[in-house]
Amino acid sequence: MGLDFSVVPSYFSVLLMGAGWTIAITACAGIISFFGGIIFAIIALYGHWTLRLPVRAFAWLFMGTPLLLQLFLIYFGLIQVGIDLPAFVAGVIGLGLHFAVYNSELIQASILAVDKGQYEGARTLGLSRGQTLRRIVIPQAVRAVIPPMGNNMIALLKDSALVSVIGVMELTLAAQQAISRTYRPFEFYLAVAFCYYIINLALEAGLRHLERRIAASR
Amino acid sequence: MDLELILRVYPFFLEAAWVTIELSVLTAILGLTCGALGAAARMSRMSLFRGIGAAYVSVFRGTPALIQIFILYFGGPQIGIQLDSFSAGTIALGVNIGAYMTETIRGAIISVDRGQTEAARTLGMSRWETMRKVVLPQAARMMIRPLGVNINALIKGTALVAPISVIELTYTAQRFIGSTYKPFEMFLLSGILYMAIIYVVGQGISWLDRRAQIT
Repeated sequence: MGLDFSVVPSYFSVLLMGAGWTIAITACAGIISFFGGIIFAIIALYGHWTLRLPVRAFAWLFMGTPLLLQLFLIYFGLIQVGIDLPAFVAGVIGLGLHFAVYNSELIQASILAVDKGQYEGARTLGLSRGQTLRRIVIPQAVRAVIPPMGNNMIALLKDSALVSVIGVMELTLAAQQAISRTYRPFEFYLAVAFCYYIINLALEAGLRHLERRIAASR
Repeated sequence: MDLELILRVYPFFLEAAWVTIELSVLTAILGLTCGALGAAARMSRMSLFRGIGAAYVSVFRGTPALIQIFILYFGGPQIGIQLDSFSAGTIALGVNIGAYMTETIRGAIISVDRGQTEAARTLGMSRWETMRKVVLPQAARMMIRPLGVNINALIKGTALVAPISVIELTYTAQRFIGSTYKPFEMFLLSGILYMAIIYVVGQGISWLDRRAQIT
C-alpha cells in the first residue's frame, strides 16, 4: 500500500475544525494553568496548613505521574462520584491542573526570589499582608517567570493531543475519524503533525513577542 | 478505598511496572544516542549536518510525541515498516526524547568557557583532541542534572504507548478502571509505582552528579 496524499484535502474542513478545537483546548487549559498556578503557589507558600498540605500532596502526586493517567483519573473519577462532565470539560480541567502544578513550582521559586526589601517596604508604607502579596510581590514574581511558563504553554499545546484518548474532539481525534474512513494513517497523522507544527510556530512567535514587550516595560 | 481489590490486582500492576521500566531503559539508551548524534550534528563544521540537526530538533520537539508514535505504529506499514507496538513505541519515544537531549547536551557543551578551547588549540591540540580531552569532560559533569530532568520526563512519557496497547502501567490502570469502575484505587496503585521508579532513578542521578562534582 503506497502513499496517497490526494485524500487529505477532502478532509480539510474536518482537520481545520479539529485544529480550532485544539487551539480552544490549549487556550482554556492555559488560562486555568496560569491562574491555578498562582493560586497553588500562594497556598503552598502562605496558606494555612489545612490547605497547604493537601495542595502540596496534590502537586507531588501530579508531578510524579503521567498526564495520561491523570486524565483517566479525572474523567472516570468524576463519573464515579456522580459528576458526568463532557469529555471536553474533563480534558481541559485535567490539562489545566497538570500544568498549574508545574507553573506553581515556577511561581513559588520566583516569589521567594523577589527582594525581601520590596515586601518590607510595602509593609512599612502601611499595606496589609494580602495587599503586599497581591500588588507588589505576585506581579513581579509572575512577570519574571513568563518565559518558562511560555515553555509550559508549548508543552500544553502538544500534550493536548492526549485528550483524544478520553474522546475529546480535537485535531488528533479528527485525524482518527478520517483514518477510520480512508485507512490512510500515515498521510493523516503526517498532515496533523504539520498542523501542530504550524500552531506551535505561531504560539512560539506570540510568546517571543510577549517576552519582548515585558522586557521593554521594565 | 477498596483495599481488598487493590490486594487482588496489584500483581498485574507489578508486572506492568516491569514493562514501564524496560521501556524507560531502552528509550533512555536510544534517546541518549540520538541526543549525542544530534548535538554532534548541530555543532558540526558542515552546514548540511547543522541543518539536519536543527531540523531534527525542531520537528520532533514541535509536534506531539503521541502523533509521532501513531505515525510510526499505524503509518509505518504503509511505507514498509512493520513493528510490534512495543518496538514502535520505544523507537518513537527514544527518537522524540533524543531531540530534547540534543539541546541539553549541546547546551552543556557550549556552556564550557570558550577560553578553554582557545587555550587547548593554542597548545597545539587538534579540534577533536580539544573536544575529547578538554571540553567534553567538563561538559559531561554539567549535563548530568539536566539530562536527569529529561529522563524524569521520559519515564512519565512512556505512558504514551498505552494508546497503542503496550501493556504497561497506564494501559493496565486504564483496563482495570474499565473493568472495576474504581479509578481512584487504580490511579493510586499505578501512581505509587511510577513515583517509586522516578524516585529510584532520581536518587541514582543525584548520586552520579555528586560523584562527578568531586575530583
